[in-house]
Parts: sequence; C-alpha cells; structure tokens
Amino acid sequence: MSSTAVPGPVGRPRGRRLSSVFKRQGIQAFLFISPAVLLLGVLIVYPMVRTSIYSFANLNSRLEVTRWIGFDNYTRLFTKDKSFLNLEEFPPSGALANNVKWMILYTSLSLLLGLLIAVLAARVRYESLMKAIVFVPMAIAATAVAIIWKFVYEPDPSLGSLNAFITTFGADPIAWYGRADTVNYALIFAYVWASTGFAMVVLSAALKGISEEVIEAARTDGANEWDIFRRIQLPLLSLPIAVVTVWLLVNVIKVFDLIYVMTGGGPGAASEVIAVTMVDEFGNGEGGYSAAIAVVMLLLIIPIMVFNIRRFRSERVTG
Amino acid sequence: MAAADITVARPRATPSERILGFISRTPVHLGLVVIAIIWLVPTVGLAVTSFRPRGEIQSSSWWSSLTHPEFTLENYTDVLNRANMDTAFVNSLIITIPATLLPLTVAALAAYGFSWISFPFRDTIFLVVVALMIVPVQMALVPLLTLFRELGIANGFGGIWLAHTAFGLPLGIFLLRNFFITLPRDLIEAARVDGASNLRIFLKVVIPLSVPALAAFGIFQFLWVWNDLLMAFIFIQNGELLPMTVRINQMQSTYGGEWHLLSAGAFLLMIVPLIVFFALQRYFVQGLLAGSVK
Repeated sequence: MSSTAVPGPVGRPRGRRLSSVFKRQGIQAFLFISPAVLLLGVLIVYPMVRTSIYSFANLNSRLEVTRWIGFDNYTRLFTKDKSFLNLEEFPPSGALANNVKWMILYTSLSLLLGLLIAVLAARVRYESLMKAIVFVPMAIAATAVAIIWKFVYEPDPSLGSLNAFITTFGADPIAWYGRADTVNYALIFAYVWASTGFAMVVLSAALKGISEEVIEAARTDGANEWDIFRRIQLPLLSLPIAVVTVWLLVNVIKVFDLIYVMTGGGPGAASEVIAVTMVDEFGNGEGGYSAAIAVVMLLLIIPIMVFNIRRFRSERVTG
Repeated sequence: MAAADITVARPRATPSERILGFISRTPVHLGLVVIAIIWLVPTVGLAVTSFRPRGEIQSSSWWSSLTHPEFTLENYTDVLNRANMDTAFVNSLIITIPATLLPLTVAALAAYGFSWISFPFRDTIFLVVVALMIVPVQMALVPLLTLFRELGIANGFGGIWLAHTAFGLPLGIFLLRNFFITLPRDLIEAARVDGASNLRIFLKVVIPLSVPALAAFGIFQFLWVWNDLLMAFIFIQNGELLPMTVRINQMQSTYGGEWHLLSAGAFLLMIVPLIVFFALQRYFVQGLLAGSVK
C-alpha cells in the first residue's frame, strides 16, 4: 500500500490485521478460482497423467489395462510402424516426417504471405477490404475449408478450378489430393490459405505501431522502400514474428480436422500426421498405442512453449 | 525535393502527381489483386456451386454459370431434409451455446481471483493454468471417454460440454486476467473501502467494464466449439446428437462426388460463424491481438 493510504486504527498491530485480511481474502479467492481449478484438474491434468500411464500398457476395447508392456508402445512407434516413421527411405516418410514437412512449409509460407499482405495492403486505400478477404477463412471450420479446397483440387477440369487453370496452359489435369507426391503440398497450401489471416492481422497491427515520423525521417534521408522495410520495419517486427511462429508451430502439431476430412491420411498413408494417426489407432482399439502417440505430440509441443515463455520473460526484464 | 515540402501538413497532391503515384504502385495493386483472387475463388466457386442444379454441376463448370445463370435452392432443402442436416444444425447450437457460456463464466470468476485477490502461490497457479493452453486434446481423450462413461454422460451432451469448457478455460483465464489487471486500481479499492464484497465488485464493477474482453473470448470459444470436429467425433457416441461438422465429414465419405449436397452442407456450416464474425469482427481482432502480442 502507498504511504498516502489511511493508516490503520492506533494500537492495532499492523501484522495481525494484514494476516486476517489475507485469510479472509484467501477463502474468497478459493471460491473464485476453485470451479476453474476443479474442472482443469479433473478434465485435463488427471486425464494427462492417466494417458501417460496408459502409454506403457495394452488396453482392451473397454479401455481397461490388460498388460503392462514398458516402453514397447514407444519402440513400436519409432522403429516398427512404417506409417509413423520410415527412416529407410530418403527423405524419411510417415506421419512424423510429414509433420516436420508441415512445420517447415506451413509455418514459413503463412508467415511470409501474412507479412507480404500486411506490408502491401498498408500502401493502398482498400486496405481494410483486402484484410477482410484474407482474414475470413480464419472464422470458417477446417471441415468446410477441406470441402472448399477439395473442390478446387477436383481432378476433372470442368469441376476443379486449379485443374481448369493449368489445363488452359496445355498441362494435363493432376489429381492433387489423390497422388502421394502432391497430396501433402495440396493440404499444406489449403491450411496456409486458412491461417495466413492470423499472421497478417498480428503483423499488420505491429506495423501500424511503428511511428510514421521514423519512416518519414528515413525517407527524407533518401532511404528507398526496401531499405525502410529491411532496416526499420523488419527489426521492429521480430517480437510479433516470434509470437506468430510459435502459434503456427503449435497449430501444426495439432493439425487434424482438415486432413481427416480431405484425405483421411491417404492415399495409403501418404498424408498421415501424428494427430490423425492417434485418432485412427484409437479407433482401431489400440488404446495404449494411441496414448503413446498423444504423449509424443505433447513432448513435441513442450519445447516450443518453453522457448516462448523464456523469451517472454527476458522481454519483460529488458523491456 | 524542395525544402518547402518538408512541412507538417503535406500539400495535396496535384492530379498528375496522383497518377504518377498510382502508376508507381502498380506492382503493389497487381500483387494484391492476385492475392484477392486466390483468397476469393475457392469460396466463391463452392458458393456458386451450392446454388446450381445437380445436373448442371455435372455437365458444366461453375464459372460458366456466371454467364448463364440457372440457380436453385433445392440443394439446401435436400441437404436439410435428406441428409439430416437440420437436426445436425440444432445439435451444433445445443452443443455450442452451453460450451461457450460455461467457460466464459468460470474463466471470468477465476480471472478476477487471479487479478484482484491476493493469495499464496497465486502467480504460480496462474502460470500452471496458462501452461495448460498447449495441451493437445488427444492427451486427455481416452481417460475422458472412460470418465464420461463412468459418470453416465457419454450418451448425451454432458461430456462434450465439460470437455470444451475445460479446454477453453486456460485461454479464457489468460485473456480475461490480462484485461482485468488493466482496470483502474482506485476504482476497485474505492469499492472495497465502501464495504463491497468481492462478489459485488466482480458483478457491479469488473464485469460491466470488461465487455470487450468477455466478447472477444466468447467469440473465440463459440467459433472454436462450432467448428470443432475432433471432440464431437470422439465424445458424441449417440448418432442422433451429432453436430454439423461430423455429419458433413460422414456425408463426404458416403457421397464423395455429390457436390450439390457437399457444397450446400459446407455453406450451412459456415453461415453461423460468418454472421458471428462479421457482426463482432472488432472484438474478435482485439482479442486476437491481446492474446498473441501481450
């Protein structure tokens, strides 16, 4: 409390008063936060612990433990399950390798397109219209995005817009999501389309925060547009870029709906990712095995988040 | 450039300067037009298709119908009646509304506790709650299903309401707490000095001042639940209660090439989020920025 606060009644020890206030506050705080803590404990923390335990077991169809098998689920996942990770091919294939492909392509494309659109749109009068067009897919269900893009990718050029476009240049139509060599790129681009709006909105807001005077001053000093972007705007965007990157990376590890609806992981297992594999194995009655896959998902997300929290803290100290 | 140009108020551009400016920005305009086309064509194509008769869809392209329009609402009546999309639409609402209001209430209460009441380990508990934001649903899937079966709520909406509430809370508490701590301290101290209880301060002071933050989280949660496929797919065991996302997924695996049904179904799924989004866009973007930049 500040020194201007009304002092407590004379003769009453300050310490006791504070502690009784603290006690009363403590009970009230408990009333306010206990519903949330209870729900989180019962419905997230406790299930997480149980899933971790299940990952060392075999479960039957009623989800009861039938046998403890140590790390067998994990060794099976990384060494025996070709649709999860196949290191015999180069580049490696399988769900985990696909997730890595997603991490690199989806993250960098969403970020670059978001930045590009934010920078370009800031220079025209129809900026808000442009941003609305790119942002709307953020509100749409991934299930609908899957239907929208499946139609774009339709092999028949009188149905699918993309094949209609490439056949006008004399190319043959391509079954974009039906071929093992194109399916991942087709899916990744559809998801980039859906998430670029997020990167754009965050980066555009950060760009708006850069003072006009600094940019005008650089301009009068003879800086061209590229210099302004490269030397002034980009360095000041490093924090929002880091935030967006973390969000996109976490999103990639969780990606499920779009792939599940559009290809179901196919053709074969060509477009499998960890999240889809987990649900499929659960559906196959492999409770323990699917629990091990869930644990791998969490272990992939944790380092990204730790990095984020560290950076967050160091920003606070220096800023 | 003349020295006179560097004044506070920029002189109005002459027509010739404007034309010059426009031409120099041609690459920018071209780039933006290409981007707009890529972002509009997929949705517009499916939207146009959803209004075309089944025979037409199979015999000619959607873009040719722009010059020879022949539209119908039959696909929508078909998908609502035959594919049970009407029940699914109602189910989506029954799932989404409680699964939005419940976490909103619980998160607001907790956020008040974390911002305006002091108690031991407050910041540690808050950090743990926020850290739960990253937990993938898959991590809780199997035990939650067992729990819901034991509680006897696996055959109704109870399980999915609870699951969505729990998974929405970390973000909700984070967003609302970040907003609540920016409220003026004097206001809350003054209410305390007047003898108002925490519950009274929460209801009469904090909630009325926090409408933007509450709206932002409410919209997030509403869109998240409405658009969710994974949780509905796992936690709704009764086929009668399935929401639209699961129904559309079933529809596309049974009627893969029936674009007249798929397109209409996808647009029915999109209508509610689009209305929510356009009506409350301001709050949505504010919330997004508060959650990511702060």
